[in-house]
Amino acid sequence: MPTAPLTACHECDLLLQPVALTLPGSRAHCPRCGARLYSFHRDRLEKILALTLAALVLLLTANLYPIVGLNIQGNYTETTVIGAVRHLWQDGREALGGLVLLTTVLMPAIELGAVLWLVLPLWQGRRSPAFAPVFRAFRLAHPWAMVEVFILGVLVSLVKLAHLADVLPGPAIWCFGGLMLLLAALAGLLDGHTLWQAWDEAHPDDGAKPA
Amino acid sequence: MSRRHTAASQGLAVCEVCGQLASLEQHEHCPRCQAPLHLRKPDSLARTWALMLAAYVLYLPANLLPIMETRSPFGTQHDTIMSGVVVLWDTGSWELALVVFCASIVLPMLKLFSLTYLLLSVHRGSHRNTRQRARLYRLLELIGRWSMLDVYVVTLLVALVQVQSLAIISPGPGVVAFGAVVVLSMLATMAFDPRLIWDRAVPQTVPSDTSAASAEEHRHA
Repeated sequence: MPTAPLTACHECDLLLQPVALTLPGSRAHCPRCGARLYSFHRDRLEKILALTLAALVLLLTANLYPIVGLNIQGNYTETTVIGAVRHLWQDGREALGGLVLLTTVLMPAIELGAVLWLVLPLWQGRRSPAFAPVFRAFRLAHPWAMVEVFILGVLVSLVKLAHLADVLPGPAIWCFGGLMLLLAALAGLLDGHTLWQAWDEAHPDDGAKPA
Repeated sequence: MSRRHTAASQGLAVCEVCGQLASLEQHEHCPRCQAPLHLRKPDSLARTWALMLAAYVLYLPANLLPIMETRSPFGTQHDTIMSGVVVLWDTGSWELALVVFCASIVLPMLKLFSLTYLLLSVHRGSHRNTRQRARLYRLLELIGRWSMLDVYVVTLLVALVQVQSLAIISPGPGVVAFGAVVVLSMLATMAFDPRLIWDRAVPQTVPSDTSAASAEEHRHA
């Protein structure tokens, strides 16, 4: 019986003999600490690609259209994410504006762009150039993309403003909402183990090293 | 190779980037992705302490200083995190007030206390509750981001309420400190190495029959 090479749990360092998962949607957990190790999905790379492309489109539209419009006694104001960041910047809160821009626009964009860069060639059975650095960028960006928190923030703002003026939800709310769902679905499909396994199986293109 | 061992006890390191297992004797860098190999995150405890203490220090101005200033013909009103929750409660949405209260006040505190507990338990070399502590750490990774909620709310209110004759909202110094607390505590959580929880607990809690990973579970159904 062929055995897969040993791995170790990334959270408790226990040496493990990987088992092959056969049921779609099944997940392997570390028997000692319960950490999620890897999972099995049918047509995984295709699904990841589809979700990533859809999410990129939504991210773009979410930033083009206003999130909320406000009508205070005839004075109409509306804002996009970028517009809101610019206000913070003008008020002298550059760090804060940077943080908001980073967590709602830049980090999701980096994460999705990196996934596209990594997975598109893998899906065709090739390895993308600079695989390891781009993978690192993906891993780095992932915890800082906070679209779902932002949506809750929009919701709270709407309620806070509702007793002050007429509030008009903008099209970007729906884009951010959809983006949140797509990112959640993507997080369930995507893990480092899958990408590197696909990398192992892919043809080394013109001797491309991962680094 | 003997079963029920940790990778470290065999001189093997898990690559932090790609998860490849490699012998530290033969490799300084991961043979697959060329990342530097370490048995544990370097200086994990010192870094976690430093980032966490900085977050503790900033926690005070984050909660005491106003996060938002509203200027209107009736005067200037300063809102702190807590008064924002109270206003939300009074204006009718107690559900949302509860959510904001949890995200902005309970979570940051809970997070800092939990991280302190994890650090102290590792320093004491505790053998107890290892699995619960591992679960607590995973929870910390998950919930830390939700504290950004108030930062977004202030951002949106500042951008929208800009009517000269009626009301102008501008960000207060507290929200900068608050954002810093969220970022620092997230960085502190990332700097902590959960394997340290288990390093003192080997080998009695290692399940004897395992190493052949592991429970296969349905996510749905």
